[in-house]
Amino acid sequence: MTDLHRKEIEIKKEQFQELVAELHSPLNRTSSSFKIWIGFLLLLMGTAAFMYVRQLRFGLGTTDMRDIASWGLYIADFVFLIAVSLVGSLITAILKLSNIKWATPLTRISEIIAVAALFSALLIIVVDMGRPDRLWHIFVYGRLQSPIVWDILVVNTYLVISILLLYIPLIPDIALLRKTMGHKPKWQQKMYKILSLGWQGTEDQVKVLNLSLKALMVVIIPVALSIHTVTSWLFASTLRPGWDSTIFGPYFVAGAFMVGAATVIVTMYIIREAYNFKEYITDEHFDLMGKLLVLTSLVYLYFNLNEFMVPAYKMKSGESAHILGLLVGDYSLMFWSVQIIGMIAPIFLMAFKPFRKPKPMLVISVLIVIAAFLKRFLIVTPTLLHPFLPIQNYPESYHHYNPTFSEMMITVGSIAGIALVISIFTRLFPIIPVSETAHEQGFPNEIINNS
Amino acid sequence: MEDQENSVKSRRRFLQKFGSLGLGAIAVSSALTESCSSNPKAPGSGKKITLLNSKNELVEVDSAYISTLNKDLSPNHNSESRNGLPGKKFVLVVDLGKCKNARKCMDKCQAVHQLRPDQHHLNVLLMKDSEHTAPYYMPKHCQHCDNPPCVKVCPVDATFKRTDGIVLIDNERCIGCRFCIAACPYSARSFNWYEPKDAEKYKGVAYDIEKNVPQKKGTVTKCTFSADCLRDGKLPYCVSACPNGVYYFGNVYEDAVTNGTLGETVSLNNLLAQNSAYRLLEDLGTAPSIYYLPPKDRTLIPEIEDTQS
Repeated sequence: MTDLHRKEIEIKKEQFQELVAELHSPLNRTSSSFKIWIGFLLLLMGTAAFMYVRQLRFGLGTTDMRDIASWGLYIADFVFLIAVSLVGSLITAILKLSNIKWATPLTRISEIIAVAALFSALLIIVVDMGRPDRLWHIFVYGRLQSPIVWDILVVNTYLVISILLLYIPLIPDIALLRKTMGHKPKWQQKMYKILSLGWQGTEDQVKVLNLSLKALMVVIIPVALSIHTVTSWLFASTLRPGWDSTIFGPYFVAGAFMVGAATVIVTMYIIREAYNFKEYITDEHFDLMGKLLVLTSLVYLYFNLNEFMVPAYKMKSGESAHILGLLVGDYSLMFWSVQIIGMIAPIFLMAFKPFRKPKPMLVISVLIVIAAFLKRFLIVTPTLLHPFLPIQNYPESYHHYNPTFSEMMITVGSIAGIALVISIFTRLFPIIPVSETAHEQGFPNEIINNS
Repeated sequence: MEDQENSVKSRRRFLQKFGSLGLGAIAVSSALTESCSSNPKAPGSGKKITLLNSKNELVEVDSAYISTLNKDLSPNHNSESRNGLPGKKFVLVVDLGKCKNARKCMDKCQAVHQLRPDQHHLNVLLMKDSEHTAPYYMPKHCQHCDNPPCVKVCPVDATFKRTDGIVLIDNERCIGCRFCIAACPYSARSFNWYEPKDAEKYKGVAYDIEKNVPQKKGTVTKCTFSADCLRDGKLPYCVSACPNGVYYFGNVYEDAVTNGTLGETVSLNNLLAQNSAYRLLEDLGTAPSIYYLPPKDRTLIPEIEDTQS
């Protein structure tokens, strides 16, 4: 080996160590602002937990749900969280399989969002149950004819695959952490040791890792489509106007990709600012994610046209009360705000390059996420408030559904939980994939494995 | 041959009786220990009662120490209740022309099924189909559909359809997901959002799936077609409570329905044919077990101002 070559390797090694140091920097931070942030999230979750204990004690009557609006904020939250979780498959599987390289720094962000949102979704659905103590009935008496059982099956399958898609690319990175995090507490080092599964980066190991990743990326796409399709069938399998729709599956999936992309943009903005990752999450990433968001929003707009235009044209009895309630009635303000601020305006704005800069993208994405939540509320509630038969001999309050403080705090807690999981994750693992980034920057294997 | 069968039967009957005696004895003795331990120093009344204890001994106990158990000791027939009564297919016919909104049926139903005032197994609605049609009162029960959307979606088989057409719910099985409420196009189901009414009073009462009493917090409840009455050969509570002759109830296989007020039994097919009966939301394909006779020749025409909603 020539001296020149050796020198080159030395330089490369140094460069690699710099890269590692930068991507590992969040793990070595000790800032009080982070502790305050975690404390704030724990406070929100604690409030939610208190409200839930109260709900267990007094019954679901602590919510504003009643015999007419028998589902409410919790179910809207569930649908929202399932929708958000779909982004994991969009970024890691669909983009990766299409050989789109720029998404690499965003894969772990989207995958941790997916896993955290799924856990939260599973919790909120238990919160909605009148008898959570009988959860085991589903496993003992479960009927395969019920869409709820399908949902439980596919959501858990998706959760397992998502965890694997988060974990498997992490293995080489955790092996690296074992080398660089020698100063960390014992439990943390032990965790890295166990989780790295003895990774050494041998040719065989790399082969197995890549093969299993590829298989999972293929498998997760139909599973991802089915979780949201089946979730939409919780509504579409009924006869109610507003839910009795044949396009609910693709309509939900399209909306999910849109809100998922927006959630990733919000999260990547915060991570980029908090950890100073401007070199890795570049303005270019916001531009490209903006374009992706326009695409998903356009697909969603198309399904919205079908979902609302067609019944509004026919004004079939039953449908008409529901559709008029949305277009010009009780829910029209929310409906049009959601459709215009959360879908139509962003499409127009993001068509122009200046609006695809990080800051405007953050604002637009936050609006899209909020609108997406309200949209799920609009899917669940107005339909229930317009049953086939008149609402009579009930207290006046049964004609409306206004979530109680308790319901709202529990819902906020479910979102805070996601933020907590992501925040802590960024302090334990590199949120931007280290070895994948190194590979893409052209570092050879021996440097990645042996430094 | 017959004798042999008889003797087998009588032996079985003896065993059944013996079994219930044993059960009774255990219950009484446990009641005794319970009452004794709770107030050991209470003064006796002096009045002695002879009882059989669990060791098969006759004992004398002061009546002051005895408290009756409020427990139904009859064998639990709730698993049997899932099958339905053999040879029956129940049907209800509602004559809308006769309904005067007396609401005796609603009151009786709520009283029997431990329901709060805003919980309805049965709801009398003021209907007005379109602008120029006349309003009328319509009692609305669970329609006990032959293609029940609620039963389809239940994840745990808590709500089920019986061979005699009745749709029931097992509130010891229900997980409270409320999918059945969302699925029901007739808004016929109710949920126990709070601790049920008079929960204290019903404490210790054995659950009767055919009555769905006692109600339980966090579970769904619904019209049972008074399956408990039907098992005893009686008419449903609402049917016999009606003062205006609105309800006819009976068995499709026998082609006979009985009017709960007048007590007269008529042919189901004739009644339906002669009055152009219809079913509620027929176009949804739910195939209800309840027929409505159109509100022709009404005994009371509702005031139009009454129309709520």
